Amino acid sequence: MVNSLDPTCNTTPEPMTPGSTTPNPTPLEISAAELTVPQNTSAASAKDIASDWEPKILVFACQYCTYAGADLAGLSRLQYPTTTRVLRVPCSGRTNPQFVIRAFQKGFDGVLVAGCHPGDCHFTTGNYFTRRRYLLMTRLMEFIGLDPRRFRVCWISGSEGPKFQQVVTELTDTIRPLGPSQKLWDEGGISS
Amino acid sequence: MKKVGVFVCHCGTNISQTVHCEKLAEAAKTLPGVAFSTEYKYMCSDPGQTMIKEAIAEHGLDRVVVAACSPRMHETTFRKCIDSGGLNPYMLEIANIREQCSWVHSDKDKATAKAGDLVNMAVAKVLKNEQLPSSFIPVHKRALVIGGGIAGIQAALDIADTGYHVDLVEREPSIGGKMAQIDKTFPTMDCSACILTPKMVDASQHPNITIIPYSEVEKVDGYVGNFDVTIRRKASYVDSVKCTGCGLCSEKCPSKKIPSEFECNLGTRPAIYSPFPQAIPNKPVIDRENCRYFKTGKCKICARVCTADAVNFEDQDEMVQIRYGAIVVATGYTLYDHSQYGEYGYGHYKDVISGLEFERLVNASGPTMGKIKRPSDNTEPKNVVFIKCVGSRDKARGHDYCSRACCMYTAKHATMVRDKIKDSQAIIFYMDIRTPGKNYEEFYLRGVEEYGVTYVRGRVSRIYEEGEGENRKLIVQGEDTLLGKQVFVDADMVVLATAMEPQPDAAGFARKIGISYDQNNFFSEAHPKLRPVETLSAGIYLAGACQGPKDIPDTVAQAGAAAAKVVALLSKDEMETEPIVAKVDTDRCSGCGFCIPICPYKAISFTDLTERVHGSVAWGPTGKEVKRQVANVNNGLCQGCGACTVNCRAGALDLLGFTNEQILAEVDSLW
Ligand SMILES: Cc1cc2nc3c(=O)[nH]c(=O)nc-3n(C[C@H](O)[C@H](O)[C@H](O)COP(=O)(O)OP(=O)(O)OC[C@H]3O[C@@H](n4cnc5c(N)ncnc54)[C@H](O)[C@@H]3O)c2cc1C
Repeated sequence: MVNSLDPTCNTTPEPMTPGSTTPNPTPLEISAAELTVPQNTSAASAKDIASDWEPKILVFACQYCTYAGADLAGLSRLQYPTTTRVLRVPCSGRTNPQFVIRAFQKGFDGVLVAGCHPGDCHFTTGNYFTRRRYLLMTRLMEFIGLDPRRFRVCWISGSEGPKFQQVVTELTDTIRPLGPSQKLWDEGGISS
Repeated sequence: MKKVGVFVCHCGTNISQTVHCEKLAEAAKTLPGVAFSTEYKYMCSDPGQTMIKEAIAEHGLDRVVVAACSPRMHETTFRKCIDSGGLNPYMLEIANIREQCSWVHSDKDKATAKAGDLVNMAVAKVLKNEQLPSSFIPVHKRALVIGGGIAGIQAALDIADTGYHVDLVEREPSIGGKMAQIDKTFPTMDCSACILTPKMVDASQHPNITIIPYSEVEKVDGYVGNFDVTIRRKASYVDSVKCTGCGLCSEKCPSKKIPSEFECNLGTRPAIYSPFPQAIPNKPVIDRENCRYFKTGKCKICARVCTADAVNFEDQDEMVQIRYGAIVVATGYTLYDHSQYGEYGYGHYKDVISGLEFERLVNASGPTMGKIKRPSDNTEPKNVVFIKCVGSRDKARGHDYCSRACCMYTAKHATMVRDKIKDSQAIIFYMDIRTPGKNYEEFYLRGVEEYGVTYVRGRVSRIYEEGEGENRKLIVQGEDTLLGKQVFVDADMVVLATAMEPQPDAAGFARKIGISYDQNNFFSEAHPKLRPVETLSAGIYLAGACQGPKDIPDTVAQAGAAAAKVVALLSKDEMETEPIVAKVDTDRCSGCGFCIPICPYKAISFTDLTERVHGSVAWGPTGKEVKRQVANVNNGLCQGCGACTVNCRAGALDLLGFTNEQILAEVDSLW
């Protein structure tokens, strides 16, 4: 079931012109919609991107909620793009920001960190740390000029198969027009 | 050299219809570290598992990747499989190519490419896997039950009957809880004391139960199988061993006019008292605040009349430490303080009372000897109005939740009014009538049909008084939402069905013993459907209304379930623990202590490390011993969430099974 209380997870973040007002940030989830996109956006113009280009997105999924939600999407045969690779962690709180940066350095075009809804953490408090860490992290990305639309934190429970489908589909749709992420590439990290 | 075996499963056609399994297995052969790769129709089947075991032996594999369904499905299966094939069970990784690949994609080439990536990641990770030892911790075969209401009594009896010793800690002078205060119980109307007191006696006489009354849990250390619990025995000023329970002291005590908690302040008790006649243990305690001797330094009448010489004014609180294997929390509930509904005039109008006060008024051993009399003038009320959902289902002033027992006990109370008072009227204001229980709907209907109880749908907006002396009466003003108009009902007495709430100290108590609680401060179960009596702290279980409002049948059922869990735990001599725990690299640890508060299980503490300093160092003589503090993880407490690893500034903490190296290897593997 899609949780209507999570507006940022349900709607495709609208790219905003600098200076437009940021919508009310929900304290629960972080997405690009909360942030103004930096002016030097790394979005490639449409003609630069090969027509069959697909982004590669790394998903850090906590094994108690989001990983189970992704499994449920499978059980329910909910279709979504082949862009995601799920990396299982015991708790979203295990996801070191270092892992996210490394993913961008290596060449992933987008990263999703997903865990249990606040208050539902299997480990009581883990996702609160995730929330705090990644609020900061999103700002940092903006600061270093990495398009924050490429990074998302989301709460997906074990019963939210459709939400998993929706989030990864939207993230793919958001990143596709941005083209390959080049900002943090390691030298020689990718064979282009 | 590391040798990985990759085993690709078709899962019938579940995987193979969207993923080229042969190609996948073929491609896996080229990955670094892979010594063997194959595919099979059903990897989890007997022949599939045999295939894995044989390949381990034949190719000298030291680690295994299975590309199949979700690890949540068969990780344990394959761990056992490689274990019996001679490998450490943690030398396994699963690539989830069914739930997260073949079932969610339809383009076979793209799905195969993705499956290839997933296998890549799993291989990269498994190459960094290390053998993890299963460790065993001894289980101390003694259980602690906290709270001596019906939940705690039942849990204690069920555990004790299987042969394990139980300590039942109760903070009041007697066990019994709220059920001891209730007169009759719905839906059968059998008398509460008649079914409760025999159980209380059973508990007190059971060879395997020790009741520790007038005591509270101060501290819980340790972990499942080995909880070290500190219990404070409050000073009762009466030596329970010497005391015979004759009651002479209470009889002779000069301070008799103290409001009795047990009687909801409708009756009185002396300063040296036992809360009710059937109390267990039936040994009095001295209420220090109200005792004449403690207030004035003179009196000691109780000590003088006591033939057993049991009164001891020098008594002090005493701390005892006992080790337990398992804990049942059964601390029950309290009732909502309805003085917050100022317009209902509680505390202001004596004849507006709570449901529990009503129970005492109809109870044969209560302050009125079972005659329903209104508190203001001791006359028999004719018109009794009941208001439900006071503090329940009221976001603004109370709680969102439904208290579950009130619809039924209000139906019970109204029936009793009609039964006991001639020419009486019983009118119930309600929002909804909820009767979800066996014979509950029938019970409510009987009230309406046979006893003529009147139900009015709507909320009461105000209660006010009219008239003087004899003619004084309460007016209940509310809306009848079915008629759509305001109604004014004359009442001689009003009974409020107040919400069941967590104990006022619930949150602090939960933190003290290390369990979690919900937004209302009720203790949280591990899973709302599938693990309703466990907490997320291994070895601690829940029973009764401390977990959420419930009636007696549900409480007893839950207590039995908690007891079964305790017995299952205590029946083992030792317990296997998950090796997925945090580990400290003491060389790197700077002793900053940032990991200590982040751990939700209090599993990290400081330990002293003594090191010998070799060579010449700028800051001290050589060969000197230095002592420093480093973090230490208690494996019994650590649940393996990994929150500490991210917080560690020195990079000294890592999570076994999900190490930084393993995760980074997965990230790197695709490029
Ligand atoms: C007016 C009224 C009428 C009711 N009538 C009925 C009925 O007819 N039928 C029915 O099925 N249900 C009825 N109920 C519900 C019933 O009272 C509960 O279901 C039942 O009492 C729950 O039992 P418990 O053991 O969980 O909690 P409790 O009865 O509250 O017992 C908890 C015990 O734990 C002790 N304790 C608390 N904290 C600590 C601590 N920190 N350390 C040590 N000890 C502690 C308390 O002193 C208490 O003895 C009624 C409730 C009310 C309010």
